[in-house]
Amino acid sequence: MATVKKVSAIKNNPKHLLGIQNLSIIEAKNILNEAKSFIDLNRSSSKKLDILRGKTQINLFFEPSTRTQSSFDLAGKRLGADVMSMNMANSALKKGETLIDTAMTLNAMHPDIIVIRHQDSGAPNLLSQKVNCTVINAGDGRREHPTQALLDALTIINRKGNIEGLKIAICGDILHSRVARSNIYLMNMLGAEVNVIAPKTLMPVAIEKLGVKAFTDMKKGLDGCDIVMMLRLQNERMQGSFLPSKREYYEFFGLTPEKLKLAKKDALLMHPGPMNRGVEIDTKLADDINVSLVKEQVELGVAVRMACLKLYCK
Amino acid sequence: MEKILSNVRIIDPSQKMDEIGNIIIDDKGKIKSIGKNTKASDASKTAEKIDLEGNIAIPGIVDMKAFVGEPGFEYKENFRTLSQAALAGGVTSIVTMPNTKPVIDNVSMVDFIIRRGRDKAKVNLYPCAAITRQLEGQQMSEFGLLKERGIIGFSDVNKTIQNTELMSRIMNYASDLDTLIMQHAEDYELSKNSCINEGEVATRLGLQGVSDIAERIIIERDLSLLSEFPCRYHINQISSKNSLKVIEKNKSNGIKFSTGVSINNLSLNENDIGEFRTFLKLSPPLRTEEDRLSLIDGVKKDLIDVIVSDHTPEDEESKRLPFAQAATGSIGVETLLPLSLELYHNKSLTLEKIIKCLTINPSKILKINKGTLKKGSEADICIFDLEKPWVVKAEDLKSKSKNTAIENRKLQGKVKMTFLNGELVYSN
Repeated sequence: MATVKKVSAIKNNPKHLLGIQNLSIIEAKNILNEAKSFIDLNRSSSKKLDILRGKTQINLFFEPSTRTQSSFDLAGKRLGADVMSMNMANSALKKGETLIDTAMTLNAMHPDIIVIRHQDSGAPNLLSQKVNCTVINAGDGRREHPTQALLDALTIINRKGNIEGLKIAICGDILHSRVARSNIYLMNMLGAEVNVIAPKTLMPVAIEKLGVKAFTDMKKGLDGCDIVMMLRLQNERMQGSFLPSKREYYEFFGLTPEKLKLAKKDALLMHPGPMNRGVEIDTKLADDINVSLVKEQVELGVAVRMACLKLYCK
Repeated sequence: MEKILSNVRIIDPSQKMDEIGNIIIDDKGKIKSIGKNTKASDASKTAEKIDLEGNIAIPGIVDMKAFVGEPGFEYKENFRTLSQAALAGGVTSIVTMPNTKPVIDNVSMVDFIIRRGRDKAKVNLYPCAAITRQLEGQQMSEFGLLKERGIIGFSDVNKTIQNTELMSRIMNYASDLDTLIMQHAEDYELSKNSCINEGEVATRLGLQGVSDIAERIIIERDLSLLSEFPCRYHINQISSKNSLKVIEKNKSNGIKFSTGVSINNLSLNENDIGEFRTFLKLSPPLRTEEDRLSLIDGVKKDLIDVIVSDHTPEDEESKRLPFAQAATGSIGVETLLPLSLELYHNKSLTLEKIIKCLTINPSKILKINKGTLKKGSEADICIFDLEKPWVVKAEDLKSKSKNTAIENRKLQGKVKMTFLNGELVYSN
């Protein structure tokens, strides 16, 4: 029996969560509101619900991941779904099977949700055209990581009450970062002003057309910011020389307590992890509970993913 | 038997002809008489009469860049399917690319390809051989021997000679043999891992982009070399405004060379890629609207001489992959003329200019006796209805592969008949 989806079809692919670019503001707020209700549940002693009882969720991770994969794993289980996590980094693909063949194989087992992470931009879009179930993007290449942006938004809302009117700096390897792209779209959509800070070689061409101000001088970029999001240097995606050395990078683009002072007094620090201590961030700052929201990001990540699973798998 | 094609608008830039008249084809398949002064009564009484009802006749199109799958990639295209597609598009002469398996870089392969083409193809085939053995960019092929066996020109297809010293020697050696060298312009270091034009679209899609500098830098290098070692040099396909600037400067300095462009780069831009449409993954890539418009301007100003289909059949499996992994290229030989006519209907180019770039210009570069309807030449003729509206449907195209970049595009203008050596080989 076909049932009416709760998430209304405003844009294309209403069934799938492929990126913030495909979301309307109503859909984004809907997810964030839903996620709020799961925060307390996750802190209680009885965490299990049966909203997704009888549903099958497959986590298809073509790239190694710790926090995103375990977060989706836990989110599915807390909603009562049967969760199967597949680490594809060394699986059938090495035997020559294409993404589509793998997808068709899994599709034949009638999953209700596939959560996919893939090293190629657009892989979840391709997958969504070929399977009958909901596809949730858990990070594709350097394009989008929608649930990360949503959990970042929830974390900010939880601390600051609202995103509208805030000034947010995203700093680091913007070129290779899907987190940066998703956050640019979402924070813009929710009414924040976004600065991106990176050395020229790690700044994507035409980034300002995405609605941000671009800075190569970190001090200028941090001026008056409420939130400072630091990004990891993605060495695994860097082909060739982008920077002279890590030491030089830290000098100009590493976040230190001194540089943080250029932002607002009550500015908070975020990082999607995993962190390279001493490369993009001062190690003490990373652990300073008065400033750093890193642990909260991980905590709320589960709530956001529960909300996504619930809304997209109804 | 003689044929008389009557009531036809003849456009033949090779003799600056655009007039309504008749065409008489003699019994050997050659043009006996053509033009407004040719009367029906000039034909013999037994001549077969074909009334073309005011449609347009042009010389059979000469496509300077197409891939035929034989040998090695018969599942993508073969001589039979390629010629069917070509004739349905009014294309009667095709320059075929050597990136087959095995590569066409030696005499025995040339013999094979010419024999096979003669048996299976119904169009005039002009095979290219590789500039370098195995397309590896290391050692030049036997230009002299290959040319003797019937090779029309040399191209490493979508590969570029990176080694500057080798390139200078290729030009130096080729100049002596009067050999045509066709270069694809792309600096590999700058284009590494790229699959799309660098810019906002690449940033949004999260794909590795390539700047037009990668193209320009090779053109600049080659044209510098060319001033030292003048040879018959042709740039296969350019894609950007900045490349045109270099070409304009060098042409005004008196450097002699020719330039091609793909109909795709004249008709589409990077935005058409949408959400990862791999059929629009092309080499050189689709660039900005500004680039597209400047390429049209380049055709207008005769900075670009030739429009090609860059017909690149790919099977579904090679395209049904994430964008970065998908194969490059689109089919196009059948839609080359209709898509070019779009540039006439939207007032970008004159009909005369379009036809010129599809017929006499490539023939002159190749030094072949085609692309003209002058008296005495072989009657390769394309008849088309300039106004007929139609919609491109991949399944209706004759190519073995269906990877068209313009699926569902609404076009105006369709081929009605194609004559090859005076024989009607296609009619619709």
